[in-house]
Amino acid sequence: MNALIEVHNLGIAYRQGAQHTQAVTDVSFSLAQGETLAIVGESGSGKTTVANAILGLLPDSAVLTAGRLVVAGQDLSQASERVKRQLRGRTIGLVPQDPMVSLNPTQRIGVQIAEALVLARGGRYRGVDNDVGELLAQVGLDNPTLRARQYPHELSGGMRQRVLIAIALAGNPRLIIADEPTSALDVTVQQRILDHLEGLVRERGISLLIITHDLGVAADRADRVLVMKSGTLVEHGTPQQVLAKPTQPYTRALIAAAPAFAEPRAPRTAAAPGQRPLLALTAVNKHYRLPRVRGQADRFQALADVSFKVCAGQTLGIVGESGSGKSTALRIALGLEKADSGRIEFAEQDVTDFGWRQFRPLRRRMQLVQQNPFAALDPRLSIFDSIVEPLVSFGLARGAELDRAARELIERVHLPAHFLDRLPRELSGGQRQRVAIARALALQPDLLLLDEPVSALDVSVQRQILDLLDELQRELGIAYVIVSHDLAVIANVADEVLVMRQGRIVDQGPTAQLFNHPGNAYTQALLDAVPGKRQRALA
Amino acid sequence: MPSSNAVHNLDRRFGSPSIQRLPATTPSAPLPVEATTPWRRRNRWSRLLSASRPLLRRPGFMLAALVVAFALLAALAPGVLSGFDPNATAPLAKLTAPNATHWFGTDELGRDLYTRVIHGASLSIQAALLAVGLALLGGLSLGVLSGFAGGRVDALIMRVIDVLLALPGLLLALAIVTAIGFGTLPVALAVGVGIIPGFARTTRAEVLRVKTLPYVEAARLGGASWLQTLWRHILPNAWGPVAVLATLDFGAAILATAGLSFLGFGAAPPAPEWGTLIATGRHFLITAPWVALLPGAFVVAVVFSLNHLARTLEEIKR
Repeated sequence: MNALIEVHNLGIAYRQGAQHTQAVTDVSFSLAQGETLAIVGESGSGKTTVANAILGLLPDSAVLTAGRLVVAGQDLSQASERVKRQLRGRTIGLVPQDPMVSLNPTQRIGVQIAEALVLARGGRYRGVDNDVGELLAQVGLDNPTLRARQYPHELSGGMRQRVLIAIALAGNPRLIIADEPTSALDVTVQQRILDHLEGLVRERGISLLIITHDLGVAADRADRVLVMKSGTLVEHGTPQQVLAKPTQPYTRALIAAAPAFAEPRAPRTAAAPGQRPLLALTAVNKHYRLPRVRGQADRFQALADVSFKVCAGQTLGIVGESGSGKSTALRIALGLEKADSGRIEFAEQDVTDFGWRQFRPLRRRMQLVQQNPFAALDPRLSIFDSIVEPLVSFGLARGAELDRAARELIERVHLPAHFLDRLPRELSGGQRQRVAIARALALQPDLLLLDEPVSALDVSVQRQILDLLDELQRELGIAYVIVSHDLAVIANVADEVLVMRQGRIVDQGPTAQLFNHPGNAYTQALLDAVPGKRQRALA
Repeated sequence: MPSSNAVHNLDRRFGSPSIQRLPATTPSAPLPVEATTPWRRRNRWSRLLSASRPLLRRPGFMLAALVVAFALLAALAPGVLSGFDPNATAPLAKLTAPNATHWFGTDELGRDLYTRVIHGASLSIQAALLAVGLALLGGLSLGVLSGFAGGRVDALIMRVIDVLLALPGLLLALAIVTAIGFGTLPVALAVGVGIIPGFARTTRAEVLRVKTLPYVEAARLGGASWLQTLWRHILPNAWGPVAVLATLDFGAAILATAGLSFLGFGAAPPAPEWGTLIATGRHFLITAPWVALLPGAFVVAVVFSLNHLARTLEEIKR
């Protein structure tokens, strides 16, 4: 049987003006019918460019510089747009990356699936509606007739991803390309979706090409794994081969960096029993009012009876899926939101009813590092201005002193001093996160609250940021509260872990104990859902 | 351990209570940082210059900038650009076609049309600048107040703005001019009030957008007051679209001023004004088309250039 995709020495470059940037160099692989292949790499490694080339969706600025690309017997390197359009949908289906923006918000779900069906069949036909319902049922959505009449905003992220899979399946393709299919979803949802996709693909004998930055997902799902680095193929083999005997140093680094496979943090000396906690929340409740919709509750309980405390120099990890109230807990601790009831104590003061003015002196001792490093820095301010801003706000330094403070802070987070002149857009995500950390350190806080500090970053960069946080804690003795949906991240850094679900704390305990002997069914489910099972089995 | 020293010194300087956090092993060692990296803050001008360099390479942008600069020069120092007297009549040379001495030809009283267009710039452009300045001031403050305060204040301001938006701009301007009389200032006021709503709306939308961004929250958590945050983060980041709108409305204001004069609500006849020039010229549209067309073309060139500048600035923003 012929291979469905054959790629020979493929080279792709992007040109911008007179400049050529080689995005992909000398990549060769093939994919047989019914096989599952995963391409793993960091952002900028060229994996999405390869996928786009197979789909014939490269932007105009991209040029095929070398090699051949054969899909289902058609040579795509010279093919016209017409030929490529024939392939899309009917031979190749795409499950795009971000389910939140990949559906048309002004059309009902059913209409969007029907569009794909009609295009694949070459015209309207009787029974489209039945087929839509059938597809929706196949991808595992309950009540297909209702779902078909809903709009995308009425569905959750996981449901939208299922709809996208239904659209990809509509043309009855021989190959499905899934570009980071679940990186925007919670682990448990991610697991269910991938299980389902895998099942459908097996059942119909469809080939699957998974593009992912997560080595765990690749290892769990694929028959073969390709590892890409800056446009070249560095490793190729079955998951067992790649994981157990990586030949390239890069693959080894990638495996070591993936938090899922790192050792859980060595337990440290617990806080002294008599020590007063730095931050303590006691029986905090918070609800939001929802717009009135008939038949639905008009209140949303974001936090229900939440209590926790952090001692100086310790790290508390809060884990939960989106909507579990973990960020709300942080915002209440920071005084950005008011709790409905309960008490918040910081540094032995009751700050529950503190106004902005009263809270201000305490800001010097408690700082926040935000989730998205791309929006956390003012795009118009240079890194220097961003870092020293808290010092300026509190009037703590000026002139040459400010320059010196900025230099010390940027050295602290291991960035070169000349970066101070740059603008945020000239920095990568990891570098921006370092700047955000430097800014939070400017006031020398005793407690740092980190809201998903690494979820927007590549795995190897995640590792570096987590190492930096660890180093800062050892040297400065700062306490952390780290909020994350990623159990692996929490396992690496936290002394104590809090598992939250629907605004309640469902499990709580020292990290090692919680991860090795989870006492709660939900914690167990979360742990099982973390990708990388094959790998852990090998380790 | 150089880095822990650094932080220790930092602690000392700010007198933070956290000084005891680090063991003071080498209390007064010099900072290694200073010795190795001779970093100095880059000044604002060099950054501005490097940011504007790609702009200077665009021929369209440069041409538009030249036309606008020419119009501004004409408004400020008309004598530099033309040696004739704008009001000197020469009945013998009336309605001459454009030639080497009279670049735009002459009008029905033999006055040099080019000179009159140049001198006319001062009223039109002064009025337009005043109008846009007024609208910027009013629109920005209303928009910022409304976006910032929110709630009832926002609702009240926005309803007033809605009412203003509902009135046709020219009608409003006509009413104001009729009420308070002719002249540069009344015309500017009349045109300016008409374009306030657009500025207020745009500013409010931008302020609402920027207000919720993480870096604003970070600044607040860093101890900045609302006023500091507004000044340092919200205004500079909300400013972009407003600046583009201002450039665009500058052109619109020139047109509106000329329009008012054309209808006879602007400058009185002997004074050269773009709208008046076109208005008088239209009587000779068949026999001497240049009297109306050339001043018209000049106005079009200036307004078009302003629009082009606005568009280029908007593209750069992205």
